[in-house]
Amino acid sequence: MSDPRQFCTLYLGEHLLGVDVRRIQEVIAFQPMTRVPLAPSVIRGLINLRGQIVTALDLRDRLAMPERAEGERPMNVVVHAAGGAVSLLVDRIGEVVEVGDSIMEAPPETLSGVARDLIRAVYKFEDRLLLELDVDRAISVGGALLPV
Amino acid sequence: MDDGMDELLGEFLVESFENLDQLDQDLVALEADPANLEVLKSIFRTIHTIKGTCGFLGFGTLERITHVGESLLSLLRDGAAAVDTEIADGLLSMTDAVRAILVEIEHTGTEGADAYPALVAELARLQERAESGGEAVLPAAVPAAAPASAEPEPAVIDGPNGGAIFLANLAPRPRPDAVDVPEPGGEPELEPEPGTRVGELLVRDGAAAPVDVAVGLIQQEGGDQRPLGEILVDAGVVTPEVVSDTLEAQREVKSAVADATIRVDVGLVDSLMTLVGELVLARNQILQLVSSTPAAAGEPAFMSATQRLNLITTELQTGVMKTRMQPIGNVWSKFPRVVRDVASQCGKQVRIEMDGKETELDKTIIEAIKDPLTHLVRNSIDHGIELPEVRAERGKPTEGLVLLRAYHEGGQVNIEISDDGAGVDVERVKAKALERGLITPVQAAQMSDRDAVNLIFLPGFSTADQVSNISGRGVGMDVVKTNIEKIGGTLDVQNRPGAGTTLRIKIPLTLAIVPALIVKSAGAQYAIPQVSLLELVGLSEDQARTAIENVQGTPVYRLRGNILPIVRLREELGDEPAPEAGPATIVVLRADEREFGLVVDEVRDTEEIVVKPLSPHVADIAAFSGCTIMGDGRVALILDVLGLAQRAHVIGENRERSGAPGAGVADDTEGPTEALLLVQVGSEGRVAIPLSSVDRLEEFPAGALEKASGRDVVQYRDSILPLIDVCNTLGYTPDYERDASQLPVVVYSAGGRMCGLVVDAILDIVEDRLTPTATPIRYGVAGTAVVRGAVTDLLDLHAVIRAADPDFFDRAVPADATTGSLSHV
Repeated sequence: MSDPRQFCTLYLGEHLLGVDVRRIQEVIAFQPMTRVPLAPSVIRGLINLRGQIVTALDLRDRLAMPERAEGERPMNVVVHAAGGAVSLLVDRIGEVVEVGDSIMEAPPETLSGVARDLIRAVYKFEDRLLLELDVDRAISVGGALLPV
Repeated sequence: MDDGMDELLGEFLVESFENLDQLDQDLVALEADPANLEVLKSIFRTIHTIKGTCGFLGFGTLERITHVGESLLSLLRDGAAAVDTEIADGLLSMTDAVRAILVEIEHTGTEGADAYPALVAELARLQERAESGGEAVLPAAVPAAAPASAEPEPAVIDGPNGGAIFLANLAPRPRPDAVDVPEPGGEPELEPEPGTRVGELLVRDGAAAPVDVAVGLIQQEGGDQRPLGEILVDAGVVTPEVVSDTLEAQREVKSAVADATIRVDVGLVDSLMTLVGELVLARNQILQLVSSTPAAAGEPAFMSATQRLNLITTELQTGVMKTRMQPIGNVWSKFPRVVRDVASQCGKQVRIEMDGKETELDKTIIEAIKDPLTHLVRNSIDHGIELPEVRAERGKPTEGLVLLRAYHEGGQVNIEISDDGAGVDVERVKAKALERGLITPVQAAQMSDRDAVNLIFLPGFSTADQVSNISGRGVGMDVVKTNIEKIGGTLDVQNRPGAGTTLRIKIPLTLAIVPALIVKSAGAQYAIPQVSLLELVGLSEDQARTAIENVQGTPVYRLRGNILPIVRLREELGDEPAPEAGPATIVVLRADEREFGLVVDEVRDTEEIVVKPLSPHVADIAAFSGCTIMGDGRVALILDVLGLAQRAHVIGENRERSGAPGAGVADDTEGPTEALLLVQVGSEGRVAIPLSSVDRLEEFPAGALEKASGRDVVQYRDSILPLIDVCNTLGYTPDYERDASQLPVVVYSAGGRMCGLVVDAILDIVEDRLTPTATPIRYGVAGTAVVRGAVTDLLDLHAVIRAADPDFFDRAVPADATTGSLSHV
C-alpha cells in the first residue's frame, strides 16, 4: 500500500473536489483579470500575479456546471503547469486532507460527460465523497491541449 | 566526468567555437592576401590552442586533425610555401571537421565515429608538397617570405659598400619563433614584439617596392642607425606622410589584440533583463500613483525621489540592454566564407564588402536574423550575380559584389543586402508563378512590377530552373520573410533590372521592451507596438457616423484620397458594437506593406511596455502577440497587427503579400478573393479594376481639362496627368445623359508615370472571388465574371493604357521597362 496522499479540497456547487497539494503553487482571493476576447469561455482572463502572468480557467465552465451566481467571487487555486502557472477558479477552498487508498473507488456512474473524464478517482468519506481532479486534463483547453 | 572537467570542457567548447568563427574569416582573408603574416600567425595560434587543449581532454581524432593542420600551418608561417586555393580548401575543410567534432562533443560528450582519414591524408599531402617546395609559389611582394630552405640559391643584392649580402639572411628562419625575431630596423619607440613590421606594411600597401625596403634594411645592417622609415624617406622612396600612416596602422594592429572584456553567462544577463523589466513596471506603477494622488504631488521630497527613480530606472534599462547588444559583425564574420564557398560552387566570382559591422543589435535579434541573412546572401550569389562571362558581356566587371550595410535609423536597425547582379526578372517571376499555379493569367497581367517582385515571397516559389545545392528548393524567401516578421521586422525588395537587387530589412533594436500605443476598446486596454503605427485620425461624433463609408459590408475611409480599408476593433474581437456613435479614432497601421485603419474607442497614451509571452491557452489567438502589465497592475493584451489584419481579411491570409487586394493568390479549394473597384463605364458597362492597381480616386471638374499634344490632360499634383477615356477605348455606348460637369478619375501609376482613367461613375468596392467565366471578346477586357450578382468586365489595365498611349510602359523609368512586354494574356 502506498503512502497516504494529501489533497487540498475545494468546493464547486455541491461537489467536493480534491487537488494533489504538490500541484498547488498557492491559493489566492479573487483578482481583477483581463478578459481575452476570442478565447473559449472557460478562459476567464489573465491575472497579474506579482509580475507573473497567470491564465485563469473557470472550473465550473470546464465541468459543464451552471454559472456562478451573480456577485459571487471565485477563489484562485494556482497550479503548476507546463506552460507556466494556471489558476483554477473555484467557489470556495476547503482544507488539506490526508487520504489513503483504502477508501478509493472508481468514479461513480452518476458522473456524466466531461466531468467523468476529469475525475480520476473518488474517495469515500463518512459524510460525503471527495472527487480527485485530474489537473492536467482540467487545464487542457484552448491552445494548450494535452497530446493525445 | 567530474564537475571540474565538465566546466573545463564547457569552456573549451565555447572558446573553440569562437575561435573557429575567427578562423573561417582569417583563412578567407589569407587566401586573398597570402602575404599577411599577421593573419597566418593568428590562424596558427588558434589551431595550436585547440590542439593543446583537446590533447589534454583526450580527444584523439581532434588532436590528430589539428596536429597535421598545425604542421602545414607552421610551414606556411615560416614561408616554406604560400597559401594557394588548394591549401586554403584543405584548411577550410579542417575547420569544418573540427567544428563537426566539437558539435558532436557538445551533444554526446564524445568525438563520434568518424576519424576523418581522408582529411588527415590530404593535409599530410599538402604538408609534404609544401615541404618539398616543388609547386610552392611565393608572393614576390614580400621579402620576409623568402624561404630559406626552398631556395638553393639565395637572392643576392649588392650592398651599399660594394659587399654582397644574402637576402635570405634577412628572412625569418624556419623555426617556430622566427617570426618574432626583432626587426633590425624596427622603430625605436615601438616595442619589437609581434606585429607587422613597417617594411612589410609598406610593401603590402604598395607604397614601397620590396627591393627598396631590402636596400634600406641592408643599409641598417651596414651600420645605419636611422629607422627604416627615415631611410626610405631620405632615399625619396616614400613620403613622410606614408610612413606616419603606416606607423599608425601598425599601432592599430597591436592594440586590437588587447580588448578588455569578461565572459558572462547569457542566462545571467537574461535574468537581469527580466528584473529590469519588472523594475520598469514598478516604476510605471509608482509614476501613475504619484500623478493620481494629490497628497503625493504636494510632497517635494517624495516627488524628487520619484523623479530620480524614474531616471535611474531608464538608465539601468539602457545599460542592461547594452550588455545584450552585439555588433552585427558577429554574424557577418561568417559571410566571407559563405560567399567563397557558394561562389565557387556556382562558378562565379564574388567579392563581399561590409559597411557598418559595428552596428549593435540585441542578442536575441542577432540569433533570429542569422539564418535569414545567410539565406539572403546565398540567394544574392546564386540568383543575383551572373556568371563571369555573362557579366563581361554586359560590360560589368567579372567579379560580382555583394554589399552588406547596417545602420541605425529612427530606433530601428536597417540591414541591406545588395548585389550588382541581374536583378529580379519580373517576367520570369510571373511566368514561374503562373506555372506553379500561384497566380492566374489575369492576375499576372494586372500585377504591378512591385507586386510581381514580391511573388518571390510566396511559399513554394522558386525561379531556379534546377534545384541546386544552394537554393531553389522553394523553402526560401517565404521562410526568411516569416522569420523576420516574427521579430517585428519588415523585408523590402528594391529591384533594378540588369543592375542588381537590394533587400532591406528593418528590425527593432530589441524585443523585450518596446514603445507602444495604448488604446481602449469595449472597456479593455490594448497595446499596439509603435513600429506598425503610421498615424492617428480623430473623428468627431458627426464624422464617425459619416466618414467611414460602408460599401456592401466593406468599410473604407478616404484618407487624403487614398482608400483605407477599415477594421473595427470591437467587431474583430467579438465585442458588442459601440452602444452609441460617439467620437472615435482611426489608428492607421501598416501590416505587410499594406495600410489599414483600426477603429478604437479611445486612444490613451504611449508607454514603454515589457513584452511577455502569452500562455499556451491563448497563444494561438492570431489577434494577440503577447501581453504586458500596465501601470495600474492590470494585464493588457498586445495586438498582433498582422494577425488582426489577416483575421479581418484586409490583407491576404498565409502572409502572402500579393494575396493582398489586387493580386489574390490562387487557392486550391475555393479560389482567392480580391478587392475590386467597380466603376460604371458608358451607359451600362460595369467594369472591375483590381483595387491594388488603383493609386487614387479623384474627381476633376470638366473645366480643368486641357489639351496637350492632342490628348486630354489635367494638372495634378504639380505634374500633368494624361487622361484616358475608358468608354471610348473599350467601345461602350457613351452615356449622354450623365452630368458631365465632374469627371471621376481612377489614377494609376507605374514606374513613376501616372495616368488617369476617366469613368462615368465609381460604384463600389467589393471583395469577391475572381473567376472569369467567359473569354474576353473586347479589346482591353481581360475576362468577364459575375461580381456581386452582376456581369462585370475585368479591365485589362495595361491594354487600355497601351491603346491610348502605346509607349506608356516603355517610357516609364527603366525599373519598369519590362512591363511593356506584358501582353501574353
